[in-house]
Amino acid sequence: MKLRERLVIKLSTNPVKFYQVGSFAVGNRLLSAEDRSIQSDPDRTNALTSGHRACQGCGEALGARYALDAAMRASGEKIIAVNATGCLEVFSTPYPESSWRIPWLHSLFGNAPAVATGVAAALKAQGRTDIRVVGQGGDGATVDIGFGALSGMFERNDDVLYICYDNEAYMNTGVQRSGATPPAARTATTQAVGENPGNVFGQGKNLPRIAMAHEIPYVATATVADLRDLEAKVTKAMSFRGARYIHVLVPCPLGWGSQSCDTIKIARLATQSGLFPVFEAEHGEVVASTPIRKRESVEEYLKLQVRYSHLFSPSRRDDVIDHLQAIADKNIARYNLMSTENEGQ
Amino acid sequence: MLRQVEGSKAVADTVAACRPQVICAYPISPQTHIVEGLSQLVKNSSLLGCEFINVESEFAAMSVAIGASATGARTYTATASQGLLYMVEAVYNASGLGLPIVMTVANRAIGAPINIWNDHSDSMSQRDSGWIQLYAETNQEAADLHVQAFKIAEELSLPVMVCMDGFILTHAYERVDVPDQDQVDRYLPPFTPRQVLDPTDPLSIGAMVGPEAFTEVKYMSHMKNLQALDVIAQAGDDFTAIFNRDSGGLLRGYKLAGAETVIIALGSVLGTIKDVVDEMRADGLPIGVLGIIAFRPFPFELLRNMLSGAKRVVVLEKAFQLGIGGIVIENVRTSLRGTTTKDFNVIAGLGGRPITKASLRSYFDKAHYDNVADLTFLDLDQQLADHEIAREAGN
Repeated sequence: MKLRERLVIKLSTNPVKFYQVGSFAVGNRLLSAEDRSIQSDPDRTNALTSGHRACQGCGEALGARYALDAAMRASGEKIIAVNATGCLEVFSTPYPESSWRIPWLHSLFGNAPAVATGVAAALKAQGRTDIRVVGQGGDGATVDIGFGALSGMFERNDDVLYICYDNEAYMNTGVQRSGATPPAARTATTQAVGENPGNVFGQGKNLPRIAMAHEIPYVATATVADLRDLEAKVTKAMSFRGARYIHVLVPCPLGWGSQSCDTIKIARLATQSGLFPVFEAEHGEVVASTPIRKRESVEEYLKLQVRYSHLFSPSRRDDVIDHLQAIADKNIARYNLMSTENEGQ
Repeated sequence: MLRQVEGSKAVADTVAACRPQVICAYPISPQTHIVEGLSQLVKNSSLLGCEFINVESEFAAMSVAIGASATGARTYTATASQGLLYMVEAVYNASGLGLPIVMTVANRAIGAPINIWNDHSDSMSQRDSGWIQLYAETNQEAADLHVQAFKIAEELSLPVMVCMDGFILTHAYERVDVPDQDQVDRYLPPFTPRQVLDPTDPLSIGAMVGPEAFTEVKYMSHMKNLQALDVIAQAGDDFTAIFNRDSGGLLRGYKLAGAETVIIALGSVLGTIKDVVDEMRADGLPIGVLGIIAFRPFPFELLRNMLSGAKRVVVLEKAFQLGIGGIVIENVRTSLRGTTTKDFNVIAGLGGRPITKASLRSYFDKAHYDNVADLTFLDLDQQLADHEIAREAGN
């Protein structure tokens, strides 16, 4: 049985067994050695090593480390990473230091998918397709400035796994709105002023669905609240050839105005409220979604973040909160997130 | 092998003989025939071990080239005009990263107004990009320069632009001795990258460099560009030794002996200029030609030495700086600083306007007696322009 299958079955069939008080974390000690998290292994792969300059509680650093370590393990430590400009690039490689223990290339903000294509093409020409290519960037690099390059990489079905670490704004430049910024969120360019404070409703891109429209072999979403799920999805993605896309929600304490200690909690509330659906798609069709275990209102998610504080003070904006709740409800219906069908598989 | 062949086809076959491993391209006139030819050679297995990637933009083309080159593949692309401008951010990145990519620029005007015909405003806009720029006079030279470009690029770990006049060269059929595979193999060794992405020896390429080291990095790039002058000259000499023809190098003089007036230009217009100079020489006028092959880096010292006997130079350019004048002439003036050599600037052939022998003869005849303005737009319809300027001013 493949690792991914084992994980899914264990996670979905015996969820209670792994519950710990106040947490959905899976206890590694309860799993067999081969099923344990990569990070629990003292001899683990180590793509992004310590000493980098990410903020405390950085969701992107956490997501990148888990994702790339999983990709390293899945490829027998034969990966090359291509990084877009952004926080991940800046905090990991201030010359003459580097936190990367893998071959790593940063070119520009808007071209990481195309650079990754070039790396993959070179490896193919050299007969070294045992070496795998991972492209990565934040939401600005992915949904906005690098979108054309990403779509091109998708439609050519180039042998690249592209991972977007989505913190829902341009954090490296000081929290400006991106095409992934959710409605009502305060950013430096969607200020909490006027009659409709924060980002407007009815805008923004759903990149996982756009990726699916390219009918590439594998598309998945994940969050840093469920790192085992992220590891499993990266591992699964590495079992495909062709273009693959994983969209990881990574809370940003600085940009979201949240406590560093709440990064995991907020990511979990994003999924448990339905605002961020976690699912997998193969060749353009959704094949699995992660059910909500304990449904939360969007308010529980919103109130931990200063970027939404204008919805609660000086006066409560129930109209806006209801609007956001409607978005979450729509996701729940669309991805069947309250279903119990998957349980007991 | 001698063939009657289109310039683009000669270049495509020559690039293929250089055994590139990754070719990426986005179509733009007048570059298209080159990449069409290469795509066919890859598809029909004439060019083995090469990936041809059809990309969605020129920005992606240069980006794919960056990734491929950093992974140790010999990498080629081609573009022109708006396409070159669209990839500019990546053009600078390729040189900053020291990646030996070779790119053909099928020279074409830049809009607006949109214009698909030849001039040099596209590649001239990239003169400070850190790329080596070589300009071809003929299709023979265009083909030959590509072989040399890979050698120069890989020896220096710097990217090279081979500039050939769009349509005038790319679409012209003429006799070309297309470099044979065995000759190319003798001249061009397999690519050994200076640094490469390799899981067995991990390397971070493209780190962020702050104020404490940025100046040093740029100074080192400057020194490498200066070093390129020797490498380009040597590449030309080595080429002659194997291919038995003079092609490439830094500068090429024509009838410079005793020349009081020297015409300086780049690219295919040199052929027309030489015809006019032949006629003027036959009429007893001491005039010669200096063709610039390597425009970046600029061979200041060699140019000064080659012009030591000249009383005046005429710099003919197919691009200019709005509100200022010529681009090449500023480099020529720097070369001639401290001398008494006069200089005149003529802008010609913009947007594909034909540069005729008659117009050149008329202008050179006057220039030889210092009887031209410092800056002349050849064959300008002065009356029309003045009329429109007056109309816009409301007069």
